[in-house]
Amino acid sequence: MKHKGRFGTFGGFYVPEVLIPALEEIEAAFDRYSTDPRFISELDDLYRNYAGRPTPLYHARRFSQQVGFQVYIKREDLLHGGAHKVNNTLGQGLLAQYMGKTKLIAETGAGQHGLATAMIGALFGMETKIFMGVTDVRRQNVNVHKMRLCGAEVVSVSGGTGTLKDAINDALRYWTAHVQDTFYLFGTAGGPHPYPTIVKHFQKPIGVEARAQCLSQFGRLPDVVTACVGGGSNAIGIFSGFVNDPQVRIVGVEGGGKGLATGQHCATLTVGTVGVLHGAQTYILQDENGQIHETECISAGLDYPGVGPEHAWLKDTGRVEYLCVEDEAVLDAFEWFTRTEGILPALESSHALAWVMRQKGKLSPDTVVLVNLSGRGDKDIGIVEEHRPLKEMPA
Amino acid sequence: MTDYRQIFASLKRSALIPFFVLGDPDSATSLELIKTAIDAGADILELGIPFSDPIADGPTIQKADLRALAKKITPAQALDLIAQATRYKPIPVGLLVYYNLVVQYGREKFFRDFKSAGGCSVLVADLSIDDADEIAPAAKAAGLDTVFMATPNTSDDRLQRIADMTTGFLYTVSTLGVTGARDTVSDLIEPLIRRIKAITKVPVCVGFGISNARQARQVADAGADGVIIGSAIVKIIEQNLDNRPKMRSEVRQFIAEIRKALE
Repeated sequence: MKHKGRFGTFGGFYVPEVLIPALEEIEAAFDRYSTDPRFISELDDLYRNYAGRPTPLYHARRFSQQVGFQVYIKREDLLHGGAHKVNNTLGQGLLAQYMGKTKLIAETGAGQHGLATAMIGALFGMETKIFMGVTDVRRQNVNVHKMRLCGAEVVSVSGGTGTLKDAINDALRYWTAHVQDTFYLFGTAGGPHPYPTIVKHFQKPIGVEARAQCLSQFGRLPDVVTACVGGGSNAIGIFSGFVNDPQVRIVGVEGGGKGLATGQHCATLTVGTVGVLHGAQTYILQDENGQIHETECISAGLDYPGVGPEHAWLKDTGRVEYLCVEDEAVLDAFEWFTRTEGILPALESSHALAWVMRQKGKLSPDTVVLVNLSGRGDKDIGIVEEHRPLKEMPA
Repeated sequence: MTDYRQIFASLKRSALIPFFVLGDPDSATSLELIKTAIDAGADILELGIPFSDPIADGPTIQKADLRALAKKITPAQALDLIAQATRYKPIPVGLLVYYNLVVQYGREKFFRDFKSAGGCSVLVADLSIDDADEIAPAAKAAGLDTVFMATPNTSDDRLQRIADMTTGFLYTVSTLGVTGARDTVSDLIEPLIRRIKAITKVPVCVGFGISNARQARQVADAGADGVIIGSAIVKIIEQNLDNRPKMRSEVRQFIAEIRKALE
């Protein structure tokens, strides 16, 4: 490897030897093409005309009235595929094309990254295999159907709890045996180097656009920027636009699940400890011996016992605050946001909205809070209905 | 340090190296199986500490890890099993472990405790030579050899660096992929052994995908100093979970067969 892939002491590439040549190849290709004008203009065209960038920055007026301060929404939910994931899959997919790879594999939790990879597989005519935990296949069946319509094979992973962690394990194992013609399109800002760097690079447009939009729409930077954090790709995307603005408070919101005391959550940075998982040194949820915990969260996209290593570093340096909200508060936020704005937020993104709602009465009316709405909630309707059947809602 | 080179040289044939997951299917049975393997002709043991997320392992060994973890075996108890095995009969023991377990145990203490259990060498499955400095000093201080992997897609200059970092033996992967029994031995193995032998005197052991006596012989004929057999043995355990005597007799018979093929 040319670079160490470290964020402070976090990151690195802790993988079996057989994967090192593949990671070196991707690192070299990324170094070469990410600055290549032809690659950049091709990707820019795809961002604009395929995915729908730039996404709007929207002043959520009625929601703002509810909470008593100004809430602006970065509308990544409006992207093709319904989430920020397409930013990364277009970038890595194009990289795979430039490298001459013919096959794509990816892991997925909520199915958003799987869908975004399946779309790009269809777009570039690449054979695509998506690894998805059996629990997630069940709770996100609409996305599974969409992936199959795009021509991807969905591999249902039954190991462990059948969630994102197990999907990553099996995708890594499959890649180990097929490294020569297969590109592993990693979905989150975690995993071994160079993935955290690559994923951040392709998610950076969120932060770059949002910062410029703030300046042009209301003439200053926001006071607070917040996003949900599972592996952390949408968060690193928007945070990267503001980390060098010390006056901007940055808050990452993790899945508190059924509550920290129950142990059923995925609040890795909030209560995890440092260890090594899936190729990176980072915060993880583990027992005292280093066995990885099973996680639980209402949103499949956050249900992961690790987190991108740059977030671990941003936590330790104190630049970003990380905390968590519980499932019930997330459902409240989902309902209130939908009712006040007519926008269905993904349950993942609803974590950030839940934290915003909790700031009611704590922030002055002119405070500007920027929320990254990483995805739309259509995929979550079934889960919401399970927890909060419509007939029980107040008229 | 263990003089692995001396051990391999004195055998005058390829060494038989069975692999077990410590604590599979439970601690008592695991120890019995390891003793059985020693009695049946194992020259060296390769033992693994179960981990919840073993990304270098195929389904057979994953399941073994989960069986052992279901019985709540800890890394400390796994090391204690090694101590009991080496007390039964002195035999060189190589360890296969995932890095997070070492980190949480504490590197120095982990290597010291493994050494006092009678261990000889350590291979961290998800730690490459690029980060060898995170374990090599502590392993060396404890008197342990460090084993690293070489694979068919390892470049020549990297192979040289791997050989230079390796003090025990090179764990050579016979195929691209994870552990697991396979029908045929990869034709990638012979050229790889030749490449390694051309640049280093470090003994070369071959693992991943060797599942019967014929394949073991093939790998030995290709020039391997040792043949590591894991999933095929673990599979016997998996298939006989409801019959411990049969489990032991089949493991004994299988290992004796391989041993005979290597004579």
